[in-house]
Amino acid sequence: MPNEPLFCQRFEIHGRDFVDAGKASITIKGILREIGIHPALIRRAAIASYEAEMNVVLYASKGTMELRITPKDILVSVEDEGPGIPDIELAMQEGYSTASDEIREMGFGAGMGLSNIKKNADAFDIHSVVGKGTTLDIRFRL
Amino acid sequence: MGEYFHSVRVVPERCIGRMACLKACPTEAIRVRHGKAEILEDRCIDCGECARACRQNAIVPQTSSFTEFSEFKYTVALVSPVLYGQFRKDVLPNTILAAVRRIGFDDACDVACASEAVSAAIDEHLAGYRGPLPLLSPFCPTIVRLIQARYPSLIDLLIPIDSPMEIAAREVRNRKMKELGLRRDEIGVIYLTPCPAKMVGIKYPPRKAASHIDGAIAISDIYRSLLSALGEMNNSAYEMEEPVTGMGLGWPVLGGQVSSLRAESSLAVGGLGDVERILDEIERGRLGDIQFVECHACAQGCCGGSLMVGDPYVIRGTILSLVARFGKAPCQDRGKIRELYQRRYFSLPGQISSRPFAPLDKDIGKAIEKRKRVQEIHEGLPQINCGACGAPTCLSFAEDVVLGRAQFEDCVVLTARQVRRTADTPSGLASEPQVLAL
Repeated sequence: MPNEPLFCQRFEIHGRDFVDAGKASITIKGILREIGIHPALIRRAAIASYEAEMNVVLYASKGTMELRITPKDILVSVEDEGPGIPDIELAMQEGYSTASDEIREMGFGAGMGLSNIKKNADAFDIHSVVGKGTTLDIRFRL
Repeated sequence: MGEYFHSVRVVPERCIGRMACLKACPTEAIRVRHGKAEILEDRCIDCGECARACRQNAIVPQTSSFTEFSEFKYTVALVSPVLYGQFRKDVLPNTILAAVRRIGFDDACDVACASEAVSAAIDEHLAGYRGPLPLLSPFCPTIVRLIQARYPSLIDLLIPIDSPMEIAAREVRNRKMKELGLRRDEIGVIYLTPCPAKMVGIKYPPRKAASHIDGAIAISDIYRSLLSALGEMNNSAYEMEEPVTGMGLGWPVLGGQVSSLRAESSLAVGGLGDVERILDEIERGRLGDIQFVECHACAQGCCGGSLMVGDPYVIRGTILSLVARFGKAPCQDRGKIRELYQRRYFSLPGQISSRPFAPLDKDIGKAIEKRKRVQEIHEGLPQINCGACGAPTCLSFAEDVVLGRAQFEDCVVLTARQVRRTADTPSGLASEPQVLAL
């Protein structure tokens, strides 16, 4: 079974929790380092998972991030309970952002998050229901 | 010597297994086996914290001794301004340079002026650079090693400009060859070093271009002789000499590189923990609005090097007062530096390769399997990180068990519990109540 996960770990993410923000993606980076993933791939996975994690922290009330490793790929899936994204195509454009001034003051919300995830991933899927939440599947080939 | 040359070495005869080094090591590279400390070569980044922590002097820097240089016809000591911070603040740099000559070097060459030249070259580099930011200062060998091991994606951000000590060494050697008519190999250029890591940069430069320096002597090794030489000298006699000046005087202080630059946005970070946090941020692309980051393994920059004598804050204070007195007057001509920079006079050729810490297994599937076992073992451990097994944390112990470097029974706490359980059973041990106190 080539796609049977060799590894699976789930992380809770809390919206507006800026103290723990970024911890899940740091843990993911640590795991990938320990098991000897190539540094260039670790970097891409770390950047993409950080952006995804921060999207949950900044916009949603809560969410989970799951790291799955199969013999073929690394999959980072994020599910949140939040406002959802009405126009995904628009949200994917660089520089488009719905961030509040408060978020921008903290140095986030430049509208690069989703496009940055896509840029770093080998495959990227996004689904969103307004008023309910957003799910991301971010895949990296091994 | 294996694949790695390290800045420090354990002297087993002196080690009495008190484990101070075990907890001091930031990369968990030390194990104590059979009562003696050992260094896991591939995990060591040469910071020297273990040597600093050891009270038995059982971990010694791999620096040079004076006698190694006896075959040179002429010796020059390279003096980093950090040495000027080791004495009372009214002792002039020129007096200290004279003291260095008095204890046996044929000449002493100040490095502060080369530091100013390097600062100006960095300014030139930043002005013409259009790639990803921030760029990183490459002058702390421990930080370079850390980046090779844990942040290989940041290697390209290390500024490819040679260090002041290398620039100064090259210049002084060429000058002495001309002045004295000596061959290159007849002149020994020796760095007086505040930390053992510099020795790694000299013996095995990360870019594989040969160093211009022949060796490094620990400042702590010559401190006493310098003190007694200074005691015999008259400081005021050196007031008439042209003083050591320039922006480079502040280089050993945390923030010294930054304050000598024209860059509008830069950052100085000291201490491995803080540096790692900043490197994590940079790796996520969060600090792209900063041009230059000065990173030091030691919290106080080179003032806090493990081969310095005395308190890093006092040393810092002394250097800052020298900066206030002599640091304003530049010692370099900017126009000339620009021309030298364009002729690649400061450039460091060659690539730095990544040197990651060994993963749990070369095969990813097996590595994941092993990681699972590490987690399982860790769950069953007391997780008090007592270190009594000889590994710094319960997690590193679990790793050692999985990698076959330790036995599960080495956990003193679990073994004691086992003894207690056996003792509690009617047929078990009846005596030894002191073991139960564990």
